[in-house]
Amino acid sequence: MASDAEPLVLKSPALRWIEYRLPLISFGYRHLVAYQTPRNLNYWWNFGSLAGICLMLQIVTGVVLAMHYTPHVAHAFDSVEHIMRDVNWGWLLRYAHANGASMFFIVVYIHIFRGLYYGSYKAPRELLWMLGVVILFLMMATAFMGYVLPWGQMSFWAATVITNLFSAVPLFGDAIVTWLWGGFSVDNPTLQRFFSLHYLLPFVIVGVVFLHLVALHTHGSNNPVGIDLTKKDKIPFHPYYTVKDLFGLAVFMIVFAALVFFAPNLLGHPDNYIPANPLVTPPHIVPEWYFLPFYAILRAITFDIFWIIPAKLGGVIAMFASIGVLFFLPWLDTSKVRSARYRPVYKIFFWLLVLDCFILGYVGANPPEGFLVTLGQIATLWYFVHFLVILPILGKLERPRPVPESLSTPVLGRGMAPAPAE
Amino acid sequence: MQPILRSLAAAALAGLLPSSAAEAAGEAEPLLRESWPHQGIFGTYDRRALQRGFQVYKEVCAACHGTKYLAFRNLAALGFSEEEVKAIAAEYTVIDGPNDQGEMFERPARPSDRKPSPYPNEQAARAANNGAYPPDLSLIVKARAGGENYLYSLLVGYEEPPAGVTVPDGMYYNKYFPGHFIAMPPILQPDGVTYADGTRATVGQQARDVTQFLAWLAEPKLEERKSTGIKVMLFLIVLTGLLYAYKRRIWADVH
Repeated sequence: MASDAEPLVLKSPALRWIEYRLPLISFGYRHLVAYQTPRNLNYWWNFGSLAGICLMLQIVTGVVLAMHYTPHVAHAFDSVEHIMRDVNWGWLLRYAHANGASMFFIVVYIHIFRGLYYGSYKAPRELLWMLGVVILFLMMATAFMGYVLPWGQMSFWAATVITNLFSAVPLFGDAIVTWLWGGFSVDNPTLQRFFSLHYLLPFVIVGVVFLHLVALHTHGSNNPVGIDLTKKDKIPFHPYYTVKDLFGLAVFMIVFAALVFFAPNLLGHPDNYIPANPLVTPPHIVPEWYFLPFYAILRAITFDIFWIIPAKLGGVIAMFASIGVLFFLPWLDTSKVRSARYRPVYKIFFWLLVLDCFILGYVGANPPEGFLVTLGQIATLWYFVHFLVILPILGKLERPRPVPESLSTPVLGRGMAPAPAE
Repeated sequence: MQPILRSLAAAALAGLLPSSAAEAAGEAEPLLRESWPHQGIFGTYDRRALQRGFQVYKEVCAACHGTKYLAFRNLAALGFSEEEVKAIAAEYTVIDGPNDQGEMFERPARPSDRKPSPYPNEQAARAANNGAYPPDLSLIVKARAGGENYLYSLLVGYEEPPAGVTVPDGMYYNKYFPGHFIAMPPILQPDGVTYADGTRATVGQQARDVTQFLAWLAEPKLEERKSTGIKVMLFLIVLTGLLYAYKRRIWADVH
């Protein structure tokens, strides 16, 4: 913690009065100004604060959109077009919100892979990591329900496909699906509860993000070298990382703005500009791009497992397990070395996992035909083998490169590392 | 006969969706790739083309296709004056009411009204079109993979079926329509409309014009979006440069 930084001195009597009763100012000072941060964080560490900003952007645009949106099957599609045509800057709000979801996922996926590369999930940051997985899961639920709200063809059929997954649950499956729908098909009650939950969950995410930050600030950020740093290798968050994060934010905004202003429908699906029609099934139902790898895993299980688990249930289990396995990652990875910089073999497997996720995404985007079925199955198998087989064994077999004692050590051996602060 | 017609209509409708049956069967025809004035970062709509396109829509397409999001007042964006918009609106009759006697009544449309649909409901539209449903065109350009190019290709893509292909009754062969059998007849004819500005009304010209009109209708805020975007980008690029310089100065004592 940053308790040994320069103490906060409040000159204003009014602020002192408030501080004495509600220590808000010292809290902000401790966590946003004096907070001790490794001085060697690279730009991959920008994506945590970016994710927080994405969440805020989604909440702000979403709250205003909700003022103009009507959650009713007869009006939802029209109200979205009303936003696009008649609400002042409505087109900007909607495009920013829809593309903001995509940007949020890009940022969070990079954030997760950064954690994987530098071993940020290892002791003492296991709970920090697990809270992150909870956030990812909540984000996916929120994004899925948000995609249903415009009530286009893809909205409707995505809702139908995904809610139907729960029918795979033995014995209670159909009852669960009826309960989720609030009826016997995806209809108005479904849309209304999705709207309600889509408004609620972001605030639940804010709560978990707060816990994520409490856990983060307890032991501080991991760093590219992956060792525990001493005080002399740390710098206060402000001004160093406030300005670095602001610069990163500006770069992010350029990409985001390019998408919103010049290609707002690039990541969307044309079918969602057709109003939902329960009588016409789109020939090819695909989820949003950020769900494609999971969709590929869902569809990879085309066979019954041990004659007990039918293929559909197997697919659902595999899909949830693909996120669930991340909860156990801190214990599945048996290596004591955090950073992949000093793990030459892990580094290869890390990039193979990245490639595997892209392959899964490609498979998820295309109809499950011919070779793609096999490719999807191999990629799914590899995903689980990576976490469940390779990581536990690798920690025992791999011989890591020597890890430096402190940040000033590697500079003697290698020119790439940052120079000492003094 | 009725069930067959229905399934054909369903197939036609499903066929309108992108990447459908034809693509799955690997027989999709690559779309014609036109260049559009509203493409690209600096693209804007061509007002004269939009007005001509509106004329094609009004005189040809609107007999069967509705545009539920088109209010007459929106036509001002095509370059029509307030008086012209009023005159266009007055050509249509809308149902209003109830009046003081509790009765619905007809009156000439005002600029604030939306353009009335050609049919009172989907069933009436199907009944009048051999079971097929002419889709609403308000969003058609954004609702089809390929957008403008798809629509243009479709409008000029009617031809004689290849040898050995029998076109079902009431259907037409279209090179670019997924599945190739479309319920919509080749409605654009050479000189089917007479343009006020003297442009020759070839089928290609009409198709280009009406495609641009429908692109505008699907994305009426395109120009506002792009011009705002250019300002935002310029601002962000300068801001990013400044922040980068500032970041380097702050970090100078750490590196």
